[in-house]
Amino acid sequence: MTTITENPTYKLELASSPHVHSKWNTKQAMWLVVIALIPPVISALVFFGFYQLSIIAVSVGFCVGTEITIKKFRKRKVSIQDGSAVITGLLLALILPPNFSLVSTALGAIVAISIGKEIFGGIGFNIFNPALVGRAFLQAAFPVPMTTWYTPNYSVDTITSATPLSAMKFDHVFADISNMFIGNIGGSIGETSSLAVLIGGIFLLVIGIVNWRVPIAMTTGVIVFGGIFWLIDPVKYPNPAFHLFAGGFLFGALFMATDWVTSPLTAKGMWLYGLGISLMVVIIRLFGGLPEGVMYAILLMNAFVPLINKYTRPKVFGGTV
Amino acid sequence: MKKQVTLIKEYTKGIWETNPVFKQVLGMCPTLAVTVSAENGIAMGLATTFVLVFSSFIISLVRKLIPTQVRIASYIVVIATFVTIVDLVMKAQFPELSVALGPYIPLIVVNCIILGRQEAFASKNSVGRSVTDALGMGSGFLLALFMLGSIREILGSRTILGFQVMPNFYEPWLIMILPAGAFLTLGLLMGTFATFSARKKRIEREFILKKHTSSRQIISATEGGAE
Repeated sequence: MTTITENPTYKLELASSPHVHSKWNTKQAMWLVVIALIPPVISALVFFGFYQLSIIAVSVGFCVGTEITIKKFRKRKVSIQDGSAVITGLLLALILPPNFSLVSTALGAIVAISIGKEIFGGIGFNIFNPALVGRAFLQAAFPVPMTTWYTPNYSVDTITSATPLSAMKFDHVFADISNMFIGNIGGSIGETSSLAVLIGGIFLLVIGIVNWRVPIAMTTGVIVFGGIFWLIDPVKYPNPAFHLFAGGFLFGALFMATDWVTSPLTAKGMWLYGLGISLMVVIIRLFGGLPEGVMYAILLMNAFVPLINKYTRPKVFGGTV
Repeated sequence: MKKQVTLIKEYTKGIWETNPVFKQVLGMCPTLAVTVSAENGIAMGLATTFVLVFSSFIISLVRKLIPTQVRIASYIVVIATFVTIVDLVMKAQFPELSVALGPYIPLIVVNCIILGRQEAFASKNSVGRSVTDALGMGSGFLLALFMLGSIREILGSRTILGFQVMPNFYEPWLIMILPAGAFLTLGLLMGTFATFSARKKRIEREFILKKHTSSRQIISATEGGAE
């Protein structure tokens, strides 16, 4: 008779519910996400120059270093090989503005891992997306460098420019959608090229790492909510396609909001979550004080996830209503 | 009769064991709002300590005269008197500080540390004990506000009490002088305090356990000998 312990391919893992099942284990899934982030990294290097590689290196290095330090300090097993710190570092670097100071990048990486993740108990226990926590901290700590954008000009010559969103907000100028799709616009390092983000994101969707419901709900939401305002006044408000390709929306929808830990577990909950994010994005973009709101929208909805999980819990068949 | 704690213990418990900010989580409003700089923290801490000590003194003095039904209202009257004194003295002597602390000085009236100490301690204990307790709680509050204020001032504006301590190339983290910085710093400080006291408690428990098991071994050994 073969028992679980005799067969080395089976390993009994005990963890409290809820369980997510997937054909990948955490380690494989994390490294597949790293692969999916390669197209945005390439687009970053193409549009903003090779200096961005040092931002990425510093961010990843400090994320991994912080995680090792904290695990050692708390006398826990160092679980760096699962790749989650690498992903946090990569994501954080890709949502920073181009030519950002390396010292501040390091600070953001340390905050992302320590306050965003390890303080809650490490991987699987964080409430907020760690990379977004890091960026939100930097946004509040260094507001001026965090909103200094550069034109993509294939070289290190630095010319500051407005992003399509700030141009929309403050000058009522709408950028060309095809430029926004390719990524030839001002914006954060890795999120300007919708094409590159879509390549990586669709790869994740196809191999089943991220659930399709969240990105689809966010896209539907932004088209519906953005469309309503566009129909009200097409001169004042941008069309839904602009909303979809501007700023970090696609990057947020495919890589940030779909984070396993900080998104809801039920199908209904995922729809609610995605629609909530897109509604907040549209409201912040059109009426808020900031030009871009994807980061705050996702962070706010992350805070709602436990509530969403509670109210969308499927009823047991035959159980009490 | 309940065992009386020593006066020293009565004082120190406010600083560490039941620190009003880090352990009782009271008085959060001034703690978060005014600690933009160490100076503001000290001023707020001293003002609160003054009110706390004098209202504890008065209330423990008249504790047998106050009818139970109207005790809260009586406490508020006493506290409000001292808050008015602080407010007027501050306006006359330190106008800049008074402006910096804004409405938070009059709001000391509703500070839950003060009302809490009157209800929980001064109304049940002798004058000496109440004043000691109030001094301890005030010191604990002052310490917490000073720590919070200095951390936020160093990181958020490079200085402490107006003196520059961070080098010029250090870019100040604006978040630290914003409300978000107050919450972050307070959370991290509370976590640090909780870690330290948990460690202390664990060591104490292990010590008691060790003593206990060794004495039990002795007992079982003697019992075995008796058989």
